[in-house]
Amino acid sequence: MELKEKLLSSFMAFEEKVDVTSELHDIRTNAIKKFEEKGFPTKKEEAWKYTSLNSVLKNDFSVFPKQENTLTQADVKKYFIHDIDTYKVVFIDGVFSSFLSSTTHDGLDVCLMSSALTKPKYKEVIDEYFNKIANTEDSLTSLNTAFAIEGAYINIPKSKVADKPVEIMYLSTGTEAALMVQPRNLIIVGENAHVQIIERHQSLNGNPVLTNSVTEIFVQERAMVDYYKIQNDILTANLIDNTYIAQKAHSNASVHTFSFGGNVTRNNLNFYHQGERVESTLKGITIIGEKQLVDHYTLVRHAQPNCESHQNYKGIFDGNATGVFNGKIYVEKEAQKTDAFQQNNNILLSDKATINAKPQLEIFADDVKCSHGCTIGQLDESAMFYMQSRGIPKKEAKALLMYAFSNEVIESIKIPELKNRITKLIATKLGVNMGFDL
Amino acid sequence: MLSIKNLHARVEDKDILKGINLEVRAGEVHAIMGPNGSGKSTLSSVIAGKEDYEVTDGEILLEGEDIGELAPEERAHKGVFLSFQYPVEIPGVSVTNFMKTAINESRKAQGREEMPANEMLKLIREKSELLEIDRKFLSRSLNEGFSGGEKKRNEIFQMAMLEPKLAILDETDSGLDIDALRIVANGVNKLRSEDNAVIVITHYQRLLDYIVPDFVHVLYNGRIVKSGGKELAYELEEKGYDWIKAEN
Repeated sequence: MELKEKLLSSFMAFEEKVDVTSELHDIRTNAIKKFEEKGFPTKKEEAWKYTSLNSVLKNDFSVFPKQENTLTQADVKKYFIHDIDTYKVVFIDGVFSSFLSSTTHDGLDVCLMSSALTKPKYKEVIDEYFNKIANTEDSLTSLNTAFAIEGAYINIPKSKVADKPVEIMYLSTGTEAALMVQPRNLIIVGENAHVQIIERHQSLNGNPVLTNSVTEIFVQERAMVDYYKIQNDILTANLIDNTYIAQKAHSNASVHTFSFGGNVTRNNLNFYHQGERVESTLKGITIIGEKQLVDHYTLVRHAQPNCESHQNYKGIFDGNATGVFNGKIYVEKEAQKTDAFQQNNNILLSDKATINAKPQLEIFADDVKCSHGCTIGQLDESAMFYMQSRGIPKKEAKALLMYAFSNEVIESIKIPELKNRITKLIATKLGVNMGFDL
Repeated sequence: MLSIKNLHARVEDKDILKGINLEVRAGEVHAIMGPNGSGKSTLSSVIAGKEDYEVTDGEILLEGEDIGELAPEERAHKGVFLSFQYPVEIPGVSVTNFMKTAINESRKAQGREEMPANEMLKLIREKSELLEIDRKFLSRSLNEGFSGGEKKRNEIFQMAMLEPKLAILDETDSGLDIDALRIVANGVNKLRSEDNAVIVITHYQRLLDYIVPDFVHVLYNGRIVKSGGKELAYELEEKGYDWIKAEN
């Protein structure tokens, strides 16, 4: 059976199992209808012009994990930022693992989406926020909504500064032949509150995984959120990440995406401005090779005056890898004095690597500052010889140049331990043993 | 120290070096002079191992070992240093950390431990003073936005840090004002010893007033056409290169 058919026919069984309120039933039913109507995206759609899901969708994915899997701390310790204390919300094959998690309700909520969706005390919040900024016209987002039951629920109340970062970890055991999971995260950062979040998806064995994730983040007035996505999965893992961020006045939100692993990775990152003097930061480093594909599809919708957005994406592509950067900045008529900046720099290390870069600026206001720059280049051979002539071997010289190229993005990581971790991941990815203290 | 025998090299399809013979012993300073296009920079790049050049004949021996097939970094590990005519800008990598990496990669290749941080700092302080380099300068991106003089001083600073056996200074005097020239030459002279050797490649005699050579060679059309003592440099300055061209 084709995956689409399988999902449609599984929907009723899913709904019976999860016991939900009638409002959620309506939301899910509408969502599955939308998915039925639209299906999986194809290259015929402008937004998916460069990325085909065909080969991924051929896998015979289970849509519910057949068994509950357990993992020990030792199995997974290395995937966490273990040199700092963090709240942890951990899932194994889409199922919450209380053993590996460290949740809280003490002054802030860091817990489970399934609790929030089913317990009466969260009803008000769910009614106000759930599925409110996720794009209901988008087929993959709708598919996720239809099957949404598990994920991380984070609610930071007014004026609360989370005392430690939150790690959201989706682990796949790979014990099933192929598994599709649909994580759903809801994050509310209250007025003047502050939180840092690290999200990671990690498969432990080589069976194919397809993750279709949706995250909604509401950033209230003067609130601040820093979100870090670590995409360093094994080559049989596929990820479609749909992240929607709504920002109220004077708020500050940043998303850093580090894409080193995985087979097909698509990041749909959407920012909506709902108040004045909002600041949004979107940054990414992609370092891939072999037949990997990483597609960044960003949208910043400037709808209010005096807001800023900064985008900076660096890509390094080796082997037969493909990169896509599609960055859209939309400035509505009301959004005067917008300051929107977008930069995308790429290095192709092989003749067979490809980058498709497409900046899109749609500006309807007349008093704005919008700029974009895109470069595609090769490694600087004269710099290589210069470094080699000083005794730095070719591989290390290359790695140092690549690291320096990415450094603008690495520098803006606000958690020092995470910065070290990312540096190490880059060194590993580039096959060198270097500290890169530039 | 260095022994070059019948060296022929070409880039793309153009023969540039057409049989170079050169003997440099430890403790000596050799100057290689010649008009533009005679092959001076090619010779320095070929000794340092730049891959764009194809060595078609001859050999390059460093302390009796043929280094002709080695990668540039392997030659550096054996003690070859090239001060670039046009030092390359490397955005994002500071002078200090570039030197740390270079020194530690060399030590790694030689099977030695990394240099301890305090030792490294001491060395950096000492050598930057020698070249009259401001400490602030060391945290800037390598060569990025440096003036011509700063770039050349930085090259000699790197030489001082790496303490090579054989240093090749390719047109180190170009773009230097007289004060910078003095600082650079003073740095080079202080680094000279009985155990190392220097090859100074220059178009003009000016630098040789400060770094006094034991031997002067004139390169023309890919060959060394004349060799002599330091007085040859004065003769060239006086008569100009047309004199050499007329003879060949």
